[in-house]
Amino acid sequence: MWKIQSYSHFAQRREESGRPLGRPRLGMVRLKEHPILDFPPGREVAFTFNGKEIRGVEGEPIAAALHAAGVRVLRHSPVLGRARGFFCAIGTCSSCLMTVDGVPNVRVCTEPLTQGMVIETQKGHGHLPID
Amino acid sequence: MTQLKEVDIAVIGAGPAGLSAALACGKSGATTLLIDFMDAPGGQLIKQTHKFFGSERQFAGTRGIQIPSIFINQLSQMPNVQLVLGVNASGYYADSGVLTLEDGGKFIKVKAKRVIIATGAGEKALAFENNDLPGVYGAGAVQTLMNVYGVTPGNRVLMVGSGNIGLIVSYQLIQAHVQVVSLVEAAGRIGGYLVHAAKLRRAGVPILTSHTIVRAIGEETVRGAVVAQVDQSWQAVPGSEREVACDVICLAVGLTPLVDMMWQAGCEMKYVPALGGHVPVRDENMRASNPAVYVAGDAGGVEEASSAMISGEIAGISAAVSLGFRAQDADARLALLKSDLAAIRSAPAGEKIRAGIMSATACGGER
Repeated sequence: MWKIQSYSHFAQRREESGRPLGRPRLGMVRLKEHPILDFPPGREVAFTFNGKEIRGVEGEPIAAALHAAGVRVLRHSPVLGRARGFFCAIGTCSSCLMTVDGVPNVRVCTEPLTQGMVIETQKGHGHLPID
Repeated sequence: MTQLKEVDIAVIGAGPAGLSAALACGKSGATTLLIDFMDAPGGQLIKQTHKFFGSERQFAGTRGIQIPSIFINQLSQMPNVQLVLGVNASGYYADSGVLTLEDGGKFIKVKAKRVIIATGAGEKALAFENNDLPGVYGAGAVQTLMNVYGVTPGNRVLMVGSGNIGLIVSYQLIQAHVQVVSLVEAAGRIGGYLVHAAKLRRAGVPILTSHTIVRAIGEETVRGAVVAQVDQSWQAVPGSEREVACDVICLAVGLTPLVDMMWQAGCEMKYVPALGGHVPVRDENMRASNPAVYVAGDAGGVEEASSAMISGEIAGISAAVSLGFRAQDADARLALLKSDLAAIRSAPAGEKIRAGIMSATACGGER
């Protein structure tokens, strides 16, 4: 019942290298070189976004995986249909609600990605599956 | 519903304030439960790659990302402290002192004699046309995406706000090879430390004071912004508008305390703009009007991680003492912590904070 996990394994601090800053690169990219942080390669998993297969890193937030794949529009507002992305990325603002494995209103900025997840753009306010 | 668990003190939030509070509780001998909804402890420390300032007691010279493991190493040695991660503290029922924790769709009940609320702060938004377009991100969001998960937010960023967060995140974007096209600040001068601003200027980032964002450009996502000069009454100067090409607009316009649990606990609240919004009225030991509730860190008023660690320890020691758990050096330590906090707030930039704290403490200002 009690979950205890170690300190974030995504980013590990580099030893001071004094490496100079590089030139700007293009695209929403996964960082490989960073003067302070190391990003050890994680386990790649496959998931679907509106039926299309995308690959991401296991355990990263769904929003990070989508963003790395170039997906910034996560839903449309229920009334005016305006595009919405994430805003706070720490699970407080609810701008990033999506349907995950059939469950609506999931905050994808904090929900960890797992193998085979089915991610869908949510229509309207969403309905809870009742069993 | 699983069996009721009983503890002396529950600490909600394992950021700098909560970690520090839990450590103080642990040292006192009280049974302590530290709860966080994320799977890794540290709160916003896990994305702070810069070195801290201030005194050694508050980890000066240490990068924020290194600090959580320093606390966790000590906490893990304490048999009376339990850390629970990936679990949402979803409610606090003041009449019974029962907390509900949501763990993957199941609810767990915890009865705590004291609750220390260290829930931190949330990003503020800014009113401008199209501010809801994907690509308009909070500065903390950009930091999380980039420094925790290694995904860059885009190619060209317009930064809004020149407080320390705006300046530091701009520099961190450059470290991640992302271009910061410009930084706009509505006030007539840079808000944060000039040492951070100087790094940006050396990297060639234009810092436009007395400028603001008027509109985001784009249909489905951001592809540009309109910025304009502002006059002394914060109005855009006609004819000064110009377009900036960017795919990310990063808002670093301040934070607001996350105080939902304190509202629910029936704590007396007060709107203090200098502290970022509604905060609980509290005494100098961080005890709220509900005597079972203590507040720590940004949840009690937005400052910074160093002061959060101090107020966390003050809350931890005080909550423990109120239950009869008194570490040997408790009084001396409290006096030292209070003087450290006063020292941090004594800088000219701390004037607003000092006035805010006066207003929020029960002994100062009108109730």
